[in-house]
Amino acid sequence: MSDTSKVSKADAGTKGQQTTVAPADDPTAAPVSVVDPRLLVREEGLKGYWTEFTRKVKGGELGSLPVVIGLIVIWAIFQFKNDRFLSADNLSNISYYMSATGMIAIGLVFVLLLGEIDLSVGSVSGLASTLFAVWVVQHGMNAWLALLLAILVGIAIGALQGWFFAKIGVPAFVVTLAGLLGWNGLMLWLLGSSGTINIPSDSGPVHLLGQNSFFMDQAIIGGYLLAGLAVVLTVVGNFGEQRRRKAAGVPFRPTGEILVRVGALAVASFVAAAVLNNANGVSNSLVIFLAALVIVDFVLRRTTYGRKVFAVGGGIEAARRAGINVPMVRITVFAISGGFAAIGGMFFAGQTASATLSAGAGNTLMLAIAAAVIGGTSLFGGRGSVWSALLGMLVIQSITTGLDLLNMNASIQYMITGGVLLGAVVIDSVSRKSQKAAGRG
Amino acid sequence: MLKAQPLRAYPKRGIPAGQAAKEMVNVSATPVLALRGVSKRFGAVQALTDVELEVHAGEVVALVGDNGAGKSTLVKTIAGVHPIDEGIIEWDGSPVSINKPHDAQGLGVATVYQDLALCDNLDVVGNLYLGRELLRRGIIDEVSMEQKARELLNTLSIRIPSVRIPIASLSGGQRQVVAIARALIGDPKVVILDEPTAALGVEQTAQVLDLVERLRERNLAVILISHNMADVKAVADTVAVLRLGRNNGSFSVKDTSQEEIISAITGATDNAVTRRAGRRSTEAAK
Repeated sequence: MSDTSKVSKADAGTKGQQTTVAPADDPTAAPVSVVDPRLLVREEGLKGYWTEFTRKVKGGELGSLPVVIGLIVIWAIFQFKNDRFLSADNLSNISYYMSATGMIAIGLVFVLLLGEIDLSVGSVSGLASTLFAVWVVQHGMNAWLALLLAILVGIAIGALQGWFFAKIGVPAFVVTLAGLLGWNGLMLWLLGSSGTINIPSDSGPVHLLGQNSFFMDQAIIGGYLLAGLAVVLTVVGNFGEQRRRKAAGVPFRPTGEILVRVGALAVASFVAAAVLNNANGVSNSLVIFLAALVIVDFVLRRTTYGRKVFAVGGGIEAARRAGINVPMVRITVFAISGGFAAIGGMFFAGQTASATLSAGAGNTLMLAIAAAVIGGTSLFGGRGSVWSALLGMLVIQSITTGLDLLNMNASIQYMITGGVLLGAVVIDSVSRKSQKAAGRG
Repeated sequence: MLKAQPLRAYPKRGIPAGQAAKEMVNVSATPVLALRGVSKRFGAVQALTDVELEVHAGEVVALVGDNGAGKSTLVKTIAGVHPIDEGIIEWDGSPVSINKPHDAQGLGVATVYQDLALCDNLDVVGNLYLGRELLRRGIIDEVSMEQKARELLNTLSIRIPSVRIPIASLSGGQRQVVAIARALIGDPKVVILDEPTAALGVEQTAQVLDLVERLRERNLAVILISHNMADVKAVADTVAVLRLGRNNGSFSVKDTSQEEIISAITGATDNAVTRRAGRRSTEAAK
């Protein structure tokens, strides 16, 4: 017995060495003993990427492909209808106005990753902006303190709803539907006597989030600095990871692929910066929105908390057995959703410099959900990325702004946005089906 | 009667089996895990009564019994899901209390349940390290996790297409071996496998059984719940039979025929055939 175990250990040792040695000279081929002979290994060169791409599309792993195509189509149609659509000023408008609903959509991505829904975000955003206005205007509170408190209220509301869902077992749909009505009612009650509260637009956060506040005071260099920062960070991150992976002897991304990715990002970000500079500059709202996206993306992909969110979304029982505190994850996710809803409310307050009865009402909620889903986050949980909030908002805001340019009625806007949302959900469901069929669901 | 015929036809090797098993157990050192007189009650149901079980390092103990015999309950008491009402659980010879799953994991008990409980959307590495991710400066260290996962799968000779594909794309057998490999991440001493070969094809079953043997080679104690006598005969060293929440014999697999084990499971040990066989063996001993 002891003899055999010794042999097997020695055997294991040599195998371990092989794993670390073998990939060093041939990165794409994993050590022979782990790889299933039936696996179709990626072919080399451009053709390899193309075959992998077509295989993924056929298998239903569409990623952000539908939304990118959709965006191009939408832009083409509007540009055809009205040649001002792709002007710098209009694109700058889109980039500014999408940040408010986009912030709400970031919070919703967390909830959707659990496979749940939060219907209260619109009302919470309205309530937060109202609380802010009441505190600042009627009680003379410091604007930054009021901002912080309003966001904390949003977090608390989310946590409360999450608690009802996680601990009491009320379906999230119902809890947040109650929230949708209840928090909207509270907002109306707070606004009751005055109806609308105008916030002095020079007060700190409101000015910062206003339409005339730009990164580095409209300095031309500002936009390019941001674009350069994004490119540098991507380069450092990608090559750092490649180096570590090489050292550890695990498959890594080839240099060519990294260069193509960085190149695409560089072109996109510098073109965006140039366009925005051509108008007024990069609005501070957009900068904050993008910063939030980067931070949240990091949290979701690189921290244990993010891993827990994905795990709970992928299988509650598996997560529970792995020692993950499922109720805590659920409560915190709803708290995050509430917090981002409140931040979105602040953005709305900054846009209008007021708190109104209609704040957060109507289609705010639907647009935020639509943005997250259109961007590619699955309604069924466990699949998605926070970047879907950005992509989805680009689509939604393009439609809204484009229809405004064409002087279309709100009724038409609702119908079209509804149709786009339905289309996104259909794509989500169908791709899920074909993923199952391709053994990847 | 006809069914019992082969029992006599087999040449007897060291029957009575229960005693043989006991002797074998006494030869080796202190058991890693031992249950002494464990009882568990759920309301009006006495699920376990005075159950004894010993598991040694480098030994595969098959836990068999009919549906409702208490196998799952017994395993859950060891895993800390159900705390025991009476009796003692000994770990390396000293009594311990296991009240929650965390206690069992702390001692070094890893359990692979029948519903594997893997996250379909996470990849193999993510599942292997779920709940105990390796960190580097507070950030998930994907590189080390992937490296270690590949090493582990290598030493267990587990073949899967890639450690970076989601669990959803793996076959049932591959999922089973991933689930077992996952149990090994925490460096356990006792591994409990609940029906690891149920619903698997011929080749996958062979894979899983190979893996069980490799666990034994790594000097782990393995408790294997199975309904499949062929599997039990193939990999187990000892068979512990439960019947209606009580011990109904412990056999050394080498010296016991499948029929004897089955008769212990079904409660047919005490019949004319076995009595005659027992009488004959005692006479022969004289």
